Amino acid sequence: CVGGSSERHIYCLWVFKESGAMTGWEQVCSFQDPEPADLSMEEESDTRKINNSFLRDHNYATEADIISTVEFNSSGELLATGDKGGRVVVFQREQESKSQPQRRGEYNVYSTFQSHEPEFDYLKSLEIEEKINKIKWLPQQNAAYFLLSTNDKTVKLWKISERDKRPEGYNLKDDDGRIRDPSTITSLRVPVLQPMDLMVEATARRVFSNAHTYHINSISVNSDLQTYISTDDLRVNLWNLEITDRSFNIVDIKPANMEELTEVITSAEFHPQQCHTFAYSSSKGSIRLCDMREAALCDKHCKYFEEPEDPSTRSFFSEIISSISDVKFSHNGRYLMTRDYLTVKVWDLQMENKPLETYQVHDYLRGKLCSLYENDCIFDKFECVWNGSDSVIMTGSYNNFFRMFDRNTKRDVTLEASRENSKPRAILKPRKVCVGGKRRKDEISVDSLDFSKKILHTTWHPHENIIAVAATNNLYIFQDKVN
Amino acid sequence: MNVKVAILSIQLRLNSIKKLSTIALALGVERTRTELLPFLTDTIYDEDEVLLALAEQLGNFTMLVGGPEYVHCLLPPLESLATVEETVVRDKAVESLRKISQEHSPVDLEVHFEPLVKRLASGDWFTSRTSACGLFSVCYPRVSSTVKAEIRQHFRTLCSDDTPMVRRAAASKLGEFAKVLELDYVKSDIISLFTALASDEQDSVRLLAVEACVSIATLLPQEDLETLVMPTLRQAAEDKSWRVRYMVADKFSELQKAVGPEITKNDLVPAFQNLLKDCEAEVRAAAANKVKEFCENLPEDNREQIIMTHILPCVKELVSDTNQHVKSALASVIMGLSTILGKDNTIEHLLPLFLAQLKDECPEVRLNIISNLDCVNEVIGIRQLSQSLLPAIVELAEDAKWRVRLAIIEYMPLLAGQLGVEFFDEKLNTLCMAWLIDHVYAIREAATCNLMKLVEKFGAEWAQNTIVPKVLGMANDPNYLHRMTTLFCINALSEACGQDITTKQMLPVVLKMSNDQVANVRFNVAKSLQKIGPVLDSNALQTEVKPVLEKLATDTDMDVKYFAQEAISVLALA
Repeated sequence: CVGGSSERHIYCLWVFKESGAMTGWEQVCSFQDPEPADLSMEEESDTRKINNSFLRDHNYATEADIISTVEFNSSGELLATGDKGGRVVVFQREQESKSQPQRRGEYNVYSTFQSHEPEFDYLKSLEIEEKINKIKWLPQQNAAYFLLSTNDKTVKLWKISERDKRPEGYNLKDDDGRIRDPSTITSLRVPVLQPMDLMVEATARRVFSNAHTYHINSISVNSDLQTYISTDDLRVNLWNLEITDRSFNIVDIKPANMEELTEVITSAEFHPQQCHTFAYSSSKGSIRLCDMREAALCDKHCKYFEEPEDPSTRSFFSEIISSISDVKFSHNGRYLMTRDYLTVKVWDLQMENKPLETYQVHDYLRGKLCSLYENDCIFDKFECVWNGSDSVIMTGSYNNFFRMFDRNTKRDVTLEASRENSKPRAILKPRKVCVGGKRRKDEISVDSLDFSKKILHTTWHPHENIIAVAATNNLYIFQDKVN
Repeated sequence: MNVKVAILSIQLRLNSIKKLSTIALALGVERTRTELLPFLTDTIYDEDEVLLALAEQLGNFTMLVGGPEYVHCLLPPLESLATVEETVVRDKAVESLRKISQEHSPVDLEVHFEPLVKRLASGDWFTSRTSACGLFSVCYPRVSSTVKAEIRQHFRTLCSDDTPMVRRAAASKLGEFAKVLELDYVKSDIISLFTALASDEQDSVRLLAVEACVSIATLLPQEDLETLVMPTLRQAAEDKSWRVRYMVADKFSELQKAVGPEITKNDLVPAFQNLLKDCEAEVRAAAANKVKEFCENLPEDNREQIIMTHILPCVKELVSDTNQHVKSALASVIMGLSTILGKDNTIEHLLPLFLAQLKDECPEVRLNIISNLDCVNEVIGIRQLSQSLLPAIVELAEDAKWRVRLAIIEYMPLLAGQLGVEFFDEKLNTLCMAWLIDHVYAIREAATCNLMKLVEKFGAEWAQNTIVPKVLGMANDPNYLHRMTTLFCINALSEACGQDITTKQMLPVVLKMSNDQVANVRFNVAKSLQKIGPVLDSNALQTEVKPVLEKLATDTDMDVKYFAQEAISVLALA
């Protein structure tokens, strides 16, 4: 349960229409930390649907409440968020009901648990943060749900299951839990299971630790459903989901002499169908595709994707802004999408020398790189996601803006996730940032953008036009407007 | 009746489950069937440890539910256990189900057991379908032909299941299922399933088909192997994925036996050559491990010719492989080739390889050669090697890694036996003594143990002349750790050396050390006296040992006092 000091709020959901997904997004719900009520299991049915009037100013949010990852499961029925306080909150989609059609797609808190605790590495005198870096759902294998969550060092496999019966009629204690006097026990009873209120339990089933010297930046489950990879700055390790005491190092880019280090791994992901293929991205803007069939160690890549640098735009910041912060395979496995500081690129796996498509996320920042460097924003790691059919991509920006690009129509839109500008069921208005001198009425000037409000983590429902957007301590869920 | 079915904490529940047979006995067969089993069927959300214990217990429950007549009552709880997500629990439940299937009458098997298998096989979640894979083979032989046809159909379906887990489970049970099938169905059904699994898109499935290949090949008549099995096996040996090739290399001896000498000669020899030259080190290492076994199992009529012309050239290359795991895998088996090839070939072709490996940069390679010296000794005598052996041993004996030093110490008695006492005294004795003052305790301890084994081998007289003086000399060493080593050596050697040497040479030194200024030495004196006491005669015990122990029992140090008193009571000197 989330303690009294840290609380959580819900917001809404919005949509995109026209050619599938580009115009009207409406807010379905949003959640905010802190939230006024204690989210213990028993009370959650009353408090989880937070009325907007309850919302407090988000400035109250503590560091621990900042959402650090957000992820739909493979059916889209569940949505998990992780935060800097090491907590995981799982939301479950409300069943559609005929009586309340307007509540389509609403998500409510299903389970909250503390996944990681702060630790201290005594050998290296290092604090290990509890912040959840990534969450990945496993495909559902029985009535329970499983997810992997990771902080900088340790990956954990969690089981989230429901229990609606409990045993009653013990021999040694009575129904109130008091121990019975052994002399009064004259016969042997077999306990019976009685129905009780539904309880959602989260239990840590496996802890995969002690395999990473550097910080884990990503995890990815293999399509063979037997293994997964965890990636830190210099290495990729392959694990069997059932075995915690050993993992195999499959990529190691650590140079013999650390002073020769020029490149780090920023993210890695398995191919969605080919169990032997994975890709990893680097701080130098390149992506390597590796085939695990060829050798046990994948130090040699089989494909190398990189766009030659344009010498005319070269600057002090070129290398920093070309660092890839996220790499994602499309659902069909044909494309790779990468996000660097200013752009999103789509690569065809068959074409290594240049990206198929390049989308400018916030090109207007190109002139402000110097101040973005000074306030460290230039090192922000934005993620990117595909929609279910790989036709639209979404990624975050500053000022609580997030961007969508339709790959077919080449239309793009900027939307804003904020409580001030959106009410539940309201249609999100496209936002515009003005670049030149003259500012039109509904435009925002580059200089008035708030760089402390950034959207780094987003996720898209695997089959429907429902998205979840994490803006610091707020989670917004939007969906395609109902006709 | 003080029997507990208390679901309090895991440990308590675990204890309850472990005493489940007692509980069932107390309840009687009737209540066990009607109350306990339904309760257990519903408790499957419990902790893994509890479920695992439960799954195991239920396999032995037949008598407790009323004998074979009622054994089917155990099916519902085991069925739920066979669907949980934890693999170990599922496997245990399947194991218990297989066990109790034998206790079903043929009628019960069709009425109760077989429907359960079908339910599992068509379950919604992959967990139940994987469990079903392990149950087909136990019920197939005992059911009617109609049901047999259904079972075959279910197995076929699972082999092309959507989830790789189920296909893996099916692939791993394919061989076992093939064994219980009629030969015609093996040819018609199993072969097509085998071919399909062996070309699955996931290499984790394909590699399991290699295992099935062994069983299937054993079942088929020789004339069918070429058309039914070999195309798939050839394909597996050249699979794009190294893990599949690794599996072929790992199962090579079994495959060789299963396909027989003719196919081995024509197909497996070239395939084995390729595996020994594979681009992936893991595959080469697995193949290198099989070199001896493969050569041994070659048909005798032209074994030597095949080895000399086809295998040995590859082996020669492996000796200078870039990967040390490959080299050490080879080093652990290469000596075995000498018995197969005989004296002349060994001297001419193998000896240079042994010598090269004895000089390898990787200590593990050298160790593996040394640890298998006995094979060569039988064929050509170890003298041929001794020139190169000595530098190799000395180098390992002084290796910077203490685990390497430890490993070589463990081979010393073996080496001493083969090289003979003279050679040992001349070259190795100094090494053995040097280990006694190693700075790592584990080495000093192993060295002490090594001395004992040497004395057992060479006799008390040899000990008296070569070892005892040196050991006793260390009693005056300025380093107290070395002085303690003297005591440890005496503990180990006294029995092997016998009463005479112990009383005359060792005891005086031990007694003298009771005045040592370091308490650790003094209490080890007490421990040593306790240890060597049984070897001494009662006169020495009473006149020499007793006064010293009594003095130590009044020592200022607590530990010295404690061990002195312990020695007095053990030796019954009080």
